[in-house]
Amino acid sequence: MASPSPKSPEQTEKTKQYDRQLRLWGDHGQMALEHGHVCLINATALGTEVLKSIVLPGVGSITIADDKTVSDDDIGNNFFLESSSNGLNRGSEALRLLLELNPAVQGHAVQEPTDQILRENPDFFKAFSVVVATALEDKTIQNLAQHLWDINVPFILCRSVGFLGSFRIQIKEHAVVETHPDNEQTDLRLDVPFPALAEYLDGFDIDGVELKDHGHIPWIVILYKAVQKWQISNTNCWPMSRKQKNEVKSIIEEFIRKDENGIPINEENFEEALRAVNTALMPTFLPTNIQNLLYSSAATNLTKESSPFWIMCSALRNFIESEGKGKLPLRGVLPDMTASTEHYIKLQNIYRSQAAMETEIIYRKVQQIIAQLHCENISEGEVKLFCRHAHDLYLIKGSNIATEHQLGGTVAAYISRYLEEPDVMMVHYILLRAAEMFRSEHCRAPGDWEPEGDIAMLKTCVNKILSDISCSPFPKDDHIHEMCRYGGAEIHSVSAFLGGCVAHEAIKIVTKQYKPVNNTFIYDGASTNTTTFTF
Amino acid sequence: MATGESQTPDYQQRKWQNLRKLLERSGPFCHPDFEPSAEILDFIMNSCKVLIVGAGGLGCELLKDLALMGFKKIHIVDMDTIELSNLNRQFLFRKNDIGLSKAKCAVEFVNKRIPGCEATAHHCAIQDLDEGFYKQFHIVVCGLDSIVARRWLNGMLMSLLQYNDDRSLDQSTVIPLVDGGTEGFKGNARVILPGMSACIECTLDLYPPQKTFPLCTIANTPRLPEHCIEYVKVIQWAKENPWGTTTGLDGDDPQHVAWVYEKAQERALKYGIANVTYRLTQGVLKNIIPAVASTNAAIAAFCATEVFKLATSCCVNMNNYMVLNMADGVYTYTFSAEKSPDCVACSNNTQVMEIQAEATLQMIYDKLCEDQLYMMKSPGITTVINGRNKTLYMSSIKSIEERTRDNLKKKITDLGLYNGADILVADVTTPNTITIKLKFIENIDVEMSR
Repeated sequence: MASPSPKSPEQTEKTKQYDRQLRLWGDHGQMALEHGHVCLINATALGTEVLKSIVLPGVGSITIADDKTVSDDDIGNNFFLESSSNGLNRGSEALRLLLELNPAVQGHAVQEPTDQILRENPDFFKAFSVVVATALEDKTIQNLAQHLWDINVPFILCRSVGFLGSFRIQIKEHAVVETHPDNEQTDLRLDVPFPALAEYLDGFDIDGVELKDHGHIPWIVILYKAVQKWQISNTNCWPMSRKQKNEVKSIIEEFIRKDENGIPINEENFEEALRAVNTALMPTFLPTNIQNLLYSSAATNLTKESSPFWIMCSALRNFIESEGKGKLPLRGVLPDMTASTEHYIKLQNIYRSQAAMETEIIYRKVQQIIAQLHCENISEGEVKLFCRHAHDLYLIKGSNIATEHQLGGTVAAYISRYLEEPDVMMVHYILLRAAEMFRSEHCRAPGDWEPEGDIAMLKTCVNKILSDISCSPFPKDDHIHEMCRYGGAEIHSVSAFLGGCVAHEAIKIVTKQYKPVNNTFIYDGASTNTTTFTF
Repeated sequence: MATGESQTPDYQQRKWQNLRKLLERSGPFCHPDFEPSAEILDFIMNSCKVLIVGAGGLGCELLKDLALMGFKKIHIVDMDTIELSNLNRQFLFRKNDIGLSKAKCAVEFVNKRIPGCEATAHHCAIQDLDEGFYKQFHIVVCGLDSIVARRWLNGMLMSLLQYNDDRSLDQSTVIPLVDGGTEGFKGNARVILPGMSACIECTLDLYPPQKTFPLCTIANTPRLPEHCIEYVKVIQWAKENPWGTTTGLDGDDPQHVAWVYEKAQERALKYGIANVTYRLTQGVLKNIIPAVASTNAAIAAFCATEVFKLATSCCVNMNNYMVLNMADGVYTYTFSAEKSPDCVACSNNTQVMEIQAEATLQMIYDKLCEDQLYMMKSPGITTVINGRNKTLYMSSIKSIEERTRDNLKKKITDLGLYNGADILVADVTTPNTITIKLKFIENIDVEMSR
């Protein structure tokens, strides 16, 4: 028998290889990733684990800056070093083994210490989409953080010691259009139907529908009709309270046809309508966080340097103030519901066409702004995506690590507030900072040689930090003891956990999809707890 | 460096310095039984046997993690071979390895990268290995994508439990199970002490129900692109048999996928449905779960830390279930899943099924498939009557299915079952035959009371 030979698009080798992740961030996310360039400072176990999960999905290029030589204990906890790496430059060796993971990724190694790069060639960092650093000295952290803040390059600072780890994201401003929320709010406009929708809904005669088609009426129609009926005795009113919603439910129940014995016929679409009463009757409104975004100065005072995000925000605001009549553009997505194909597709097209029309208006506004500002073009696709997700726009306004490290008034107040709460992991943050201070004072990790002797000295560091933030010393000596037990050891599985998380956050930053951690994540493998702080 | 030098005790001491700090020092958060000493590292390296189940996204990570946590006697089992779509996360494999055994490839790579590691590969199904095999391990860690396989493995470890004369658990027969799973940017990890803490079967309700489309929707009122693809998969393929009646639809055959894609597009066009794509077609046909390196790395590492704690007691274990969500920030939540007192797999009690005397065999069958306690896939039911085995229903073998199909409609009392009778149930979700005692109840509507 002759085999059929369908003429279908041949999948490229690349789309096959990346299939499982393309389902998460799409071809455009992949494209963004492939234009990304990630810099790692210090190829420790944590550092290489971060790069591993960035190289595998196919980042454009990586650069490792590391001046250290590979030691025996590096080989003991770092998968991207081998026995023969001993004595060689750690960054170059790690780079060689990391690049084996994905031939599509470009790689570079720089063997100078970070301090020297900062001094002699600070522009080095301008090329990167994200800089990730591990095992840095307190002083270097501050200088590097300040520099990256000034040149507006995102920075992730990571630590791993014993069972403890943390990462801190420093990013001046990060706007996310595609946040991929778990539960997307529906946008059906039943309270303010646009003309095409009103025409369709009003033209639908539920009572005239034959019994066999009764089970195929979309619940949107049922709900709309029920509210209309309810409004006969509640003029100029929209069902908001539980009581009013229950009244609407009763009306829906009346709509359900009965069999010859007067028993209601079980119809899935009416069940759906009853379930939808609580959620779908929420009036259409402009969320406060979106409103704040659209009226922030970045959106109202555009310049030639304004990013596409702010230009689109400005166009969106203009739309809301005029054609949109105070509302966001229609999302244009019809949730799945029991319905005949004909009803469903008709309704779906009504929503889609309206959304496309509103997007078109906003796109024209964007073009006008671009023409006025003489700035770079924004594609129609980008505007479409922006309008489609206008309900979920998300913005992070970051803070500077250098400021955090100086423990100024705001930071101090924030820390002491959380230190007073027993189950919050602020104590772990203090210990990580104290261990860093210990290292810069004593040139070794607390407990590096033997734990007991260093407990008192580490406690001095802890108390110094506490007095800097005007907190009284805390009685958590066991945490200080535990930190000395670790003796600066880097445990592979702890680094691998953090490495996965940091890689993930770097990908979110590069692809501008999903919400990154804002801004500090702490992990304690001993108690298997994690937490997020916003400094 | 000379190869000889890498074997010197001094070198080993330096190489494993990081782990030694944790194992040779005591701390305030250690497990109460913990006695710091150099022997613990020696135990991990030379005695402790760990089994990794699955050499995929989690398995590759687990193998690397455990090897770098000092474990040497690691076994890994996986029946799959390497595919191109694995390479975005299964980092021990390269393009040249496509078609080779995952377990073997992974082991070869790690043993080479980490001298001294003595990992062993088993390229077979977990069901091909027997009790004697599973018994040899101190800890089992599992990174599977299949719920059925997970349940089978769980059942195996539970069946190894032995009880003392006073019905108390013989703790020396307990093999801890660490289980990890991921889906996209989400994942979970758990520690199971068989017979002591909640097992997989105790918490079946934690698995989301499988998404299915009603047949009438697919056939008569399609609305979504998925409906069109399902139609071609379920109805049109069997009707047209494009590659002849002997060739079933293979989601891994690009020609088959392309055929379905084309037909689904035709159907979508007919109904005015948009967005049937090749990627979606493939996703629906193969039930593809999105996967990315970072989530797998995090979950596997989390599991590896728990394995290390179990093996060394250097720190108390997680109690006992953690969920991870990396879609909105990075968020974890840990809770203690509760052991179910009448769990089919891990309770030492007689299983009792309450059923009406008038019930048909079909009702027992449905209960076994739908009841949260059993959630079986295709249970085979037998009983013993007058000392002889009698098969009541079995769907897995065609000839027996045909012979026993009529029994489903019969009343159980007509089949020789009585109040207090035992039925023996076998299913793909468990390696053991489960004995269930029937308890006849008054004729009240059980469904209504639930």
